[in-house]
This record gives sequence, structure tokens and C-alpha cells, in this order.
Amino acid sequence: MQLLLFDGFNGLIQGAFYALMALGLSLIINLNSVINFAHGGFMVIGAYLAFSLAPYIGFWGALFVGPILAGAIGLIVERALVQYMYSRPDPVYSLLLTFGLALIIEDSVRSIWGAQGVPFQIPAGLGSPVSATYFFLTGYRLFVMGAIVVATLALFAFLRLSRFGIRIRAGILDLETVSALGVNVYLLRTVNFGIGILLAGFAGVLAAGVFQLVPTMGNDVIMATFVAIVVGGLGNLFGSVLGGLLIGLAAGLTSAFYPVASDVVIYVIMAAVLIVRPRGLLGQEGMFE
Amino acid sequence: MNRRLIVNGAVWLVLLTAAIWLPLLGGYMALASRVLIYALGAMALNLLLGFTGCMSFGQAAYFGLGGYGAGLFLTHLGSSSVLAIVAGTLLGGVVATAFGPLIMRRRGIYFAMITVAISQIFYFIAERWNDFTGGEDGLSGFSRQPLHLGFATVPLDSVAFYYFVLFFFAVGAGVIAMLLHSPLGHTFIAIRENRRRAQFLGIHVERYVWASFAIAGFIAGLAGALNALQNNFISPANLYWVESGNFVIMAVLGGMRNFWGPLVGAIIFIGIQDYVSSYFPNNWQSFIGVLFVIAVIFFPTGILGILRQRVKVA
Repeated sequence: MQLLLFDGFNGLIQGAFYALMALGLSLIINLNSVINFAHGGFMVIGAYLAFSLAPYIGFWGALFVGPILAGAIGLIVERALVQYMYSRPDPVYSLLLTFGLALIIEDSVRSIWGAQGVPFQIPAGLGSPVSATYFFLTGYRLFVMGAIVVATLALFAFLRLSRFGIRIRAGILDLETVSALGVNVYLLRTVNFGIGILLAGFAGVLAAGVFQLVPTMGNDVIMATFVAIVVGGLGNLFGSVLGGLLIGLAAGLTSAFYPVASDVVIYVIMAAVLIVRPRGLLGQEGMFE
Repeated sequence: MNRRLIVNGAVWLVLLTAAIWLPLLGGYMALASRVLIYALGAMALNLLLGFTGCMSFGQAAYFGLGGYGAGLFLTHLGSSSVLAIVAGTLLGGVVATAFGPLIMRRRGIYFAMITVAISQIFYFIAERWNDFTGGEDGLSGFSRQPLHLGFATVPLDSVAFYYFVLFFFAVGAGVIAMLLHSPLGHTFIAIRENRRRAQFLGIHVERYVWASFAIAGFIAGLAGALNALQNNFISPANLYWVESGNFVIMAVLGGMRNFWGPLVGAIIFIGIQDYVSSYFPNNWQSFIGVLFVIAVIFFPTGILGILRQRVKVA
């Protein structure tokens, strides 16, 4: 029973990361119409920046500054490269561009910080288990769960309540009309891209304390993030969160019963969802059909 | 019409005489075989990408499955290079056919996401099923067998293997060319040009996308089987999504609206990869990444697309 709880909680925390990554990627897919293959790469950038900054400004400072720097790099990349893809109707170009970026990022991270994993120091107070029975519930893991919930709620509040957020949602529905109403849609898309990358960077810093910090950590996460979006349904941000949690939990529970299949189970779930409900759990009908 | 004949004749002449001119340029035959193998894989992808308008980003799965099919055949079943290739082609094609219905309904970036995610299934199976596939280390311990032609037995050394590959390349390319000149191929192009209008004309778009996906799977399997025979080795890396990206960049770099585009792309890609990885063994990945970015920004129609524009203007 305890082992089941252990694997279940591990899965949940993994799923929370997928959900946070899927949120950012969904935002970018919906408004910028770009599949950001480099999303995992930006997550790694956020994590390694925090790793380098932590000795100077402490964990809490790094948790704050790391994602912002990653988001700033995202803004620059959008302005310098990604924006030229918007006028091309064929999605192959944006895919290849971000794919190339992913390769460059992984290679650069490996050159700068080394191919070996590096340890990431978390605050001493958060490292110890909360109770002896539930040894896997360290303070840090609970903090990570809490932080992801707060970030998700903050994003939804931003999209619902702020003027800018409402414009982003309107742009997802009909960008041309929003543009005709006098909104600067170029700025909208740039900022939206930056927000997506900011979330990826935040996920990266949090993940650095839970998993090992290696240059390739983005590769597997990006695929799971795709699966989360497909399972949850394209065009629905709640769906992405749900999909992320679901596949994380499924992978965690599978590793309790049949560890060999824990990697492949999320893809099997995706295939099953595509058979039963091709648009995904909460997806809009008719999108990309 | 005439120009097409000249171009095709020139391409085949160059490929047939590679054993003569390549060593003079300092190349080696194994490199030429690799170019042909990857070109065939990229041409299979281009049937989907360039001629049906479906952005498949998971072609490495069927390429890799073809390799495992050939490798496992030689390990467990028999010692015939030709039958191993048949086994690989069938494995790649049958799996693509089976998964087609999951994929055919979607388009655009969603099609790309689903194809790449499904390709990961086979990557993890190959990586985790240690007893059968060799797991992370890959499958080795098989070797390509001499060719029995009835009147003679030909050992497949590097030059003979090149012509062996060229034969299957010709078969694959021939199938694609015939297809593109048939009503089926014209339907593919109609779907690429205007999916909705094709639907209004009563074309079952989804079935045709499925057909295109399946055919591309068979040919990718053929290329993958040849790849396994070339290296006498197959590893999960051949199934990974990074490999899928390599096929896409070959097709785009050469020109995805052109029949020979993927071949040109493969020559450039494999050439650069070979050159860069021997001079910058640690950072070749960045060079490939920069190549992606440059190709997308500056050569969206590919090398052949630019050449064709020049010819038309002149």
C-alpha cells in the first residue's frame, strides 16, 4: 500500500511537471501556431541558469530569476527567428526551426555545463521528509506541488482577469478580428511566446531539485508534453493540465506494477484516447481535423 | 517532358558510375551507400510531406522498424540478405498501415505531433525489450550475407553493397515515381493543394492519407532494412524522434516539391554530417541545428526549388 502511494505520488509530481510544460506549449501552439520543439530545451536552460545563479543569489532568488532569464531568451528567439514563420502556412518550417534550436540548445548546455549531471542544492529545511511513515513526502516535493498549483492558478487568473490575458484568449479564437480591432497582435504573440517559455523555465528550476540535472532532460519531457496535449485535447488549456496529470499518474502507477512499461504506457494511453475520442478529452471539435 | 528525361537520365548515370568517380573525389563507397539509404527514407517521407501535404514527423519509426525487422530475421530466422530486406520492409509497412487510422484524421501541426508521439512507442519498445531487441545497446551479432544469384555467389563488399543498395533504391524510387504518375498520385497532390475541395469532389481524403502513410511506411522500412545491413547493427537511436527530424530536413533542404529533392538533401546532409563529425566530434549537433535554422530561413523551397525558379526566370 505504501509502495503504491509512493509510486502514485511520484507519478503525480511527474504529471504536475508535464502539466506545467503542456500549459506553456499549448499557449504557444494556440496563439502562435508553432509547435515549439525547443520547449524542453528552454526548460533545461531555466534549470541550468538557476543552478549557476543559486550560489550567488540563493535558491529563492534563482527560482525567481532563472525562469525570467529563460523567458527573456524566449522573447529574443521569437523576435529574431520564430516571428518569420507566422507568414508561412506550412507548419513544417516552424517545426524544423524549433527542432534545430532544440539541437543547438542541448549541445550548448553540454558544452557549457558538461555532459555529466550536476547536483542542485535545495534549501536545507525542505530536504527532509515530513513524516517517517510517508518517507517520500519531502518538504521540497510538497513545495513543488504547491508552486505548480500556484503558477497554474496565476496563469488562469491572468488569462481571465487581465486585459492582456483576455486579448490572448481572444486572439486564440480569432486573431484576424483581434488585429482588426486595433490590438498589436505582433506584441501579443511575442509576449505570449515569452510567457510559455517562462513557464518552461519555472518547471525546469523546480525539476532541477527533484530529478537529476542533465543536458538531455528536456528530450523525454518534450515528448510527454506532446502526449499530455493530445490526451487533454488541443485548444483547451484545462485539457493540457488534465492530460499532464493523467499520464504522469499512469506512468507512476505502471512503474509500481510493471516497471519496464512505465515509459511506453503514456503513448499507449494516447493511442487509446485517439481511438475512443480523437479530439482528446476536452478538445474542441474540428480543430486540425 | 524532354527536360525531365534528361534530368532523370543524368541522375541515374551519376548514381550508376559512382564507383568510378567517387574515389577520385576522396569519397568512399560506404558513404555513398548511406546517402542512398537516407535518400530513400527521405523520399518515402516526401511522398507524405511534399506530395500529400501531411507533416509526418515520425518517419524514423518505420525506418528503424525496417532495420529491426532485417536484423531480427538474420539473427533468428535465416541467412539471406534479400529475405531480411523483405522482412524489414514488411515490418515497417505493416505497422504503418496498422497505425494509419489513428493518424489519418488529423492535419497540420496536430498530424505532426501524433506521428512523432506514436513513433516513440517503438523507440521505447526497442530500448526496453532487452532479450529480444538488445535494448539500449542495440541489436548486433548479425551480418549481411553473400548474394546467391544461382550462377554465382557475390560477397557484399563495399562496392557490391553499393550496387545492391542502388538496386533497391531504384525499386523504391520507381514505385514512388509510378505512383505519382498514376491517378492515385494525382489524388495525393489534389489533397495537398486543397483538402476541402478534394473532399467536395467526393474523394475520401482520410483513406488516401492512410494509403500514402502506409506506402511511405513500406518504403521507409525498405530503407531501414538496408541501413541495418550496411552497419550490421541497429540501435534505438534509429527510431528516435531526432532521426525523424533528420529525414524532414533532408526533404526540405533538397526541395520537397521535387522528386529528386530528398536525394539532393541527403547528399548535403550526410556530407556535412560526415565532415563535421570528424572535425568537431563534440559539437556536430550544433552544426546540424544551425543547418536546420539556415535552411528554414533562407532556403524554404530547397535547393532544387531555387534552381527551378532560376531556370524558369532565365
